[in-house]
Amino acid sequence: MIFSFDLLVNAIVSGILIGAFYAAVTAGVTLSFGVLDIVNIAHPAFIILGSYIAYIFNITFGLDPIVTAIVATPAFYLLGAGIYQIYYVSFEKRGQESMRGLAFFFGLLFITEVMLVLYFGVDYRYVEARYIGPTWHVASLDIPLRILVPCLVSLLMIAVLQLILTRSFVGRAIMAVAQDQLALKLMGVDPVRIKRIAFGISIATASIAGAFLIVIQPVEPSVGREYIGRVFAICVLGGMGSLPGTLIAAMLIGIFESLTSTFYGPSWAPAVSFGFLLLTLAVRPAGLLGR
Amino acid sequence: MTGLLEVNNLGKRFGGFVALESISLSVKPGERVGLIGPNGSGKSTLVNCICGTLRNEAGSVNFDGHLIDGATAHQRTRRGLARTFQLPRPFASLSLVDNLRIPLLYAVAARGGALRAAHAVDERCTDLLREVGLEAKARHLPRDLTQVEMRKLELARAMAAEPKLLIADESMAGLTHSEVEEILTLLNRLNAQGVTIILIEHIMRAVMTFSQRLVVLVSGRMIADGDPNEVVRNPEVERAYLGQ
Amino acid sequence: MRSDVFFVVCLVVGGIVFAAALALGNDYYFFAGYVVLQYVVLSTAWNILGGYCGYVNFGSAAFFALGAYTTVAMHRLHPMPIPVDVVFGGVVSGVVGLGMGYLTLRLRGAFFAIATLALAVVLQTLIVNWDYVGGSRGAYIVRPESIAPFGNYIKYLFMIMMLLAVGSVTVARVIERSRLGYGFATIRDDELAAEASGVPTLRLKLIATTISGALMGMAGAPFPYYIGFLQPTSAFGLEYAVNSIAMPLIGGTTSWVGPLIGAILLGSLQQIATVTISSAVNLLIVGFLLVGFVIAAPNGVIGLVHKYIQHKPIGRVGRRKIEADAPKAAP
Repeated sequence: MIFSFDLLVNAIVSGILIGAFYAAVTAGVTLSFGVLDIVNIAHPAFIILGSYIAYIFNITFGLDPIVTAIVATPAFYLLGAGIYQIYYVSFEKRGQESMRGLAFFFGLLFITEVMLVLYFGVDYRYVEARYIGPTWHVASLDIPLRILVPCLVSLLMIAVLQLILTRSFVGRAIMAVAQDQLALKLMGVDPVRIKRIAFGISIATASIAGAFLIVIQPVEPSVGREYIGRVFAICVLGGMGSLPGTLIAAMLIGIFESLTSTFYGPSWAPAVSFGFLLLTLAVRPAGLLGR
Repeated sequence: MTGLLEVNNLGKRFGGFVALESISLSVKPGERVGLIGPNGSGKSTLVNCICGTLRNEAGSVNFDGHLIDGATAHQRTRRGLARTFQLPRPFASLSLVDNLRIPLLYAVAARGGALRAAHAVDERCTDLLREVGLEAKARHLPRDLTQVEMRKLELARAMAAEPKLLIADESMAGLTHSEVEEILTLLNRLNAQGVTIILIEHIMRAVMTFSQRLVVLVSGRMIADGDPNEVVRNPEVERAYLGQ
Repeated sequence: MRSDVFFVVCLVVGGIVFAAALALGNDYYFFAGYVVLQYVVLSTAWNILGGYCGYVNFGSAAFFALGAYTTVAMHRLHPMPIPVDVVFGGVVSGVVGLGMGYLTLRLRGAFFAIATLALAVVLQTLIVNWDYVGGSRGAYIVRPESIAPFGNYIKYLFMIMMLLAVGSVTVARVIERSRLGYGFATIRDDELAAEASGVPTLRLKLIATTISGALMGMAGAPFPYYIGFLQPTSAFGLEYAVNSIAMPLIGGTTSWVGPLIGAILLGSLQQIATVTISSAVNLLIVGFLLVGFVIAAPNGVIGLVHKYIQHKPIGRVGRRKIEADAPKAAP
């Protein structure tokens, strides 16, 4: 273990940048699990799906992956809305969401991964874009553009989401449905419709996050699995339905993973976020900024 | 003389909201206490704190001479403290008989002595169902019950735990006149058998006829505690109800 | 039927199956049968926590792999007879189950489920980095050529797994009919009401997690001998997690019969599919079946059979059918 100040600073900066990306990945879960209480463990699968769609358009038409993803968000939104409808009719209405709902999402996760394997194989896929490759050198810092660009767009996406949730009618209805469905009904708003919209938004973010992912690293179908724990760790640590909390928690985990990876080796990195999760659940389930 | 239940300066907050403030209550063995208060005054929170479903932040709860503050809900039930839930919570996948078997197998059996033989448990369950008039539906699932039958099952399940103190949380909500009478008869019979009862209700007629003592909770504070007829004439109580 | 009688009956059935496989003369049936029996143990174990108590465990692979790696670790020290491996595997997995339960069972079911996922990854990372058991390179366990009086070693492994299957099914049935089984059902139905009725829910949940984990560990203990070369990716394979959830859910979660049916049906289907199609397609089928059943037939095969029996008309009076007067017994 060679310790140097440069190494430390780079690890921390790297962690912060990756953290912003992690926040984008988690934002959808903050919405579906943190706010709506739907344990969508299949979220990483949708992210990988987003990655592969960005990949196809990049390979075939040379389109920028992030732009592709943004264009694809309506499709993902519809997918999310459709899945919620099935979930609601089959489970929420019957009060079976705990066991069977979980099994449902687990099945979706599994099906998505296996179908991707069948269609694309297990080879790593990557995209090409002008910002993948160059690295900025600032003082002793090395900032790869392929991480910086997704980081910046992530922050933008989260800011937009936060604005929607706090300023728009739909957004506030979403926050309201989490707190008091009956009151919402009495005000003439259909809670099921609101939840459907929210879940649709949640999956739509997966499209964009997927593009970030394949820009940052090559992707193959099982990559989603390492994100399950990360995503829920960040969501819980961030206090469940809070986007600012998610951002902070994501950066914290990003930094810790980066430090572990730099000084102890990358094979330990997956254990960091999961370890965090177990610790948080055991010690302070309300998270850092929790309610 | 210390009572069966001693609540001392109990306090409970939810974040910034003070649900209960400095509640002190003493219940003697065999008493029939009525607890009333407007919606949101903290009655159910108080029950939850006494029974261990929620943890109180301040004050203490003593039951049967023991401090039960740190005890879990099931430990308190084993000590002889039973409650019904405002919205009945039967075990949906178990038949009525099996619903009653649970407290017998877990609460009563844990009090010492060997587990009763299976047929003795069965007999006791059937007896209890007969007492509440649900014998005919013994093998049915809770989903086949009517409103009032659900509430009777809820009571029967609490009774199956052979409690010293039973807290009946709005057992009569939404029932007809005669149905309320049925529940009242049940409760009176229980009390005659020696069970101390705290009745939480909105139906004033029932509360007034049943209670030896009346306690009033408003916005998390206890504003009256005494003879029912005097309490209802208390100006503060009148204000709390009529001023709504 | 009393439980000891049941146990003997199961042993007899197991013996018949063994004899049938022998008669078929092809060792393949033992290899395939081993996998199906393994899934009987895994699904029955999963169901004790998942079906009876309502707590979903996504980390079955972790407990299974723990059993397998305990065998490897001990083999490095000093090779042991498999039954000893099984006991150790069960103890290690049981203890880990207890520990994890203690950390997370005071929280909601959803958090427990996520924690089991986390555990699986943490454990896999630990094993991958532990060179003593081979790490990511894998570990070889040489399977003996033969063992008296079975002849081919696979027959011995098959018998061991058969005994484990009989044992786990018997344990599940005993639990179901005991006070513990009632307690588990209340935890599944309404934990709050269970506590209020005197049920020590945390203690029961810990018991369930420990038994479930221990059985899964026992199922994993002979695995290194079966497969010869153990790698983390195969020991922690996703198929264990999916199958141990899919099989009980498809068979029916409310009794010991469900996981057994699910394991036999789905396990055999997968063995056939692997030979005729690819193993990826066969996993896909499991995934679709899981989602399909969970949506359309939430009570599994058992539930479908019940529904069919209850709606069978038994006669006619004039123009009206009389529905079978099935007492609405608890499923």
